[in-house]
Amino acid sequence: MRSSRGVEGSLDDPRLASITPASQLTIRPAPEMASTGIPALDALTGGLPRGCLTELCGPASSGRTTVLLAVLAAATRRGEFCALIDASDTLDPHSAVATDVDLDRLLWVRCNEISPPRRRDTEKEENQKKGCPISRTSLAREVGISSQSTFDFDHAPSRQSEQRLEQVLRATDLLLESGGFGLIVLDLADLPPQAARRIPLTTWFRFRRAVEHKPTLLLAIEQQPIAGSCSTLLLQLGVLSTQYPVLSSHARSGDQHLQPAHAQLLTGLNINMELTHSRLERKPARAVAFETKTAWAG
Amino acid sequence: MPFACISVPNFPVAAALRAEPDLHALAVAIFEGKPPLEKIIAVNDAARSLGIAPAMTKAQSELCSELALRPRSPLHESSAHAALLDCAQSFSPCVEDTAADTALIDLAGMESLLGPLPQISRAISARATELGLEANVAVASNPDTAQLAARGLSVAPASGRLSRGHLAHAPEDAQNLKVLVIPPGNEAAYLGSLPLEVLFHDRLEGEEKKSADRLLETLERWGIRNLRVLAALPQVSLSERLGQEGLRLQQLARGAAFRTLVPVEPPLVFEEAIELEHPITLLEPLAFLLNRLLEQICARLGSRALATQELRLTLELENFNQPSTLNPQQFLRTLRLPLPMLDPKLFLKLLQLDLNANPPGAPILKIHLAVEPARPRSAQGGLFLPPSPEPEKLELTLARIAGMVGEHKVGALELLDTHHPEGFRMRRFVAEVARKTPQKENSNSSAVGSAVAKSAVTALRRFRPPLRAQVTLQDGEPASVTCLKKKEVQGDVLWKAGPWRFSGDWWEHEAWSRDEWDLALQNGDTIALYRLVHDLLAGAWFMEGTYD
Repeated sequence: MRSSRGVEGSLDDPRLASITPASQLTIRPAPEMASTGIPALDALTGGLPRGCLTELCGPASSGRTTVLLAVLAAATRRGEFCALIDASDTLDPHSAVATDVDLDRLLWVRCNEISPPRRRDTEKEENQKKGCPISRTSLAREVGISSQSTFDFDHAPSRQSEQRLEQVLRATDLLLESGGFGLIVLDLADLPPQAARRIPLTTWFRFRRAVEHKPTLLLAIEQQPIAGSCSTLLLQLGVLSTQYPVLSSHARSGDQHLQPAHAQLLTGLNINMELTHSRLERKPARAVAFETKTAWAG
Repeated sequence: MPFACISVPNFPVAAALRAEPDLHALAVAIFEGKPPLEKIIAVNDAARSLGIAPAMTKAQSELCSELALRPRSPLHESSAHAALLDCAQSFSPCVEDTAADTALIDLAGMESLLGPLPQISRAISARATELGLEANVAVASNPDTAQLAARGLSVAPASGRLSRGHLAHAPEDAQNLKVLVIPPGNEAAYLGSLPLEVLFHDRLEGEEKKSADRLLETLERWGIRNLRVLAALPQVSLSERLGQEGLRLQQLARGAAFRTLVPVEPPLVFEEAIELEHPITLLEPLAFLLNRLLEQICARLGSRALATQELRLTLELENFNQPSTLNPQQFLRTLRLPLPMLDPKLFLKLLQLDLNANPPGAPILKIHLAVEPARPRSAQGGLFLPPSPEPEKLELTLARIAGMVGEHKVGALELLDTHHPEGFRMRRFVAEVARKTPQKENSNSSAVGSAVAKSAVTALRRFRPPLRAQVTLQDGEPASVTCLKKKEVQGDVLWKAGPWRFSGDWWEHEAWSRDEWDLALQNGDTIALYRLVHDLLAGAWFMEGTYD
């Protein structure tokens, strides 16, 4: 076995001049963490890392949207501008206001099935019919609409999901390139998992590289993890079945079935969150639980 | 320095005569007011000779059959005023818009270009006549004396009042009765014989008119009838009785007041246009031409330290239905920016994106581009403020996104003043940093704790559009729900709360009334919380969203 002195001595060889010893490598500084506005979540993760991709996964009614709005509220409270790319157009303005999100600082992109970019063949036919072939494809080239986000949709489960997903990815590319946003959220939670999984890892890698060394938080909301190793933080929310007995304060006694519906009141949810994966620290997975209240619960 | 004053006497009448030249030979009176209380406000000399005077009622004046009555026309007066300014500006760039019927011209340096002062004054008068205005022109060494002299020409023509020694030229014809040049040093001598009324404009109204009438009455009671006597009064005694206003009037009467002109600034118009020999049908050559126009306009704006917040593109299109160029089709696009900007490349890209979304539909014959000038924005970035998007980049990004998702599907939210659950609208997103000061992150646990109450609010996740639901009722309450369009939203109702009744806008066509239920549905192993809505007017059930 060679000694370390011997190994370092061999590095004097001019043929190995381009190799940097590990002891001289610059240590990448830890990313700055931003508060989520939820103390339990901040205690679990230390906040959300800037310049990194964070995934927040969970099924319906697990608390994804609640956490999303809390993060938006915290970011707008700090004076940052935020962008929400809403794949299924699900944002409830009243919930956002109740969470104290500053609507003036929130850019909402509502993806839909209307007005997708047309294919070249049909566009050419239509232009010939109109008699004014001002070409859209030439325009697309000129204004530099990114083609990097397009990918093969031939085997996609539904056309609607295709179009929404394409809009999400293009809008994300454009907003990341524009810069200046403190938080960019991709809300893919209501897209079918098989559609969301079709996003290639190269796209997620490109997004991660785009926010690296920038103060932007990139947050993706999904049903299942899809970004793989591109995400720095992966948070998993528990299913409602584990929280069902604690639905409302009136139901705690266990006699909820005996009470009429008008006597019941949804007062809040208990959210269970697990830090499944973190590239910032090597620690075993751990979880946290916290309560939320409905806006009318008081 | 010589100053010229152009004054149009009886301005409302002059404006009407300019619009209807046939009335020149007639007796004309202008009336104003609400019927039946219209009153005469101005008459020409022919009407005055018939006994018509201002302040008569219209009914009284109608007794005179030879009189041509016309209502006061602000449009005609505006045109006449513009013509007056054009006349003045054709002799000097330094023109003051003193009143609707008066313009003052700084003639410094003009003698070497236009000739001696009498020649200039006659040229001004001739020019005004060409433009349809019968104006008095007076030249003096200070603006106020020129103005009083021009007004005085209406009261008493020059030939009737002054000896030759006081004039730079002898009046020889009718034209020169309206033209006067006062040599320097003779101001007081000329103004002395003018009545006191010339000190006040004849179109004063309201408090100014009352104040002027009081001063005139006071001076008349003192026996002062003309400016010479006023000029001779002792200053101290005059100021004790009439104050600073009295002193000011005395300075005017002496021809000793001096002030600088406030020149009128012509409105800035930034327009560029190109007419094409052959119509263009492709976007690329159009973009090339637009680029050239934008660079020219931006260079002009930059030379005046201005920016723009609005661009108007007008394209003249080939009219296939009517090939004659007399009726070209016009295609107008307006680009409004959130902040003043000056970047031709950005403007070009925004126009291209807009034309892509809204193509003209026909070949283009002419391109006309106009911009509204605006002061450039001045913003100082703070060292401790969070970053914000650059306005130019953001505008382009939003235009591109709007091209993908639709113009009304990207922007900021604004809640409307209604209880309707979807009572909001999209508005333009503007990254204005200075609007609100950001609150600092407080690591104090109590502050964070207080933020929990606002932050961790159970949110609703909406279905847009709401999902049509088939609901099985049991004792009037939902027992199971099925949504055909979304198979995962269905199941037996495990828990429910409600109904909560909402209604509104009953006074509008879009009245709404609904019962809301909060449900927990079990679908296989999963349980989810939903909001179910019963539309009481349509009688249908919808799944509005999920609590998430």
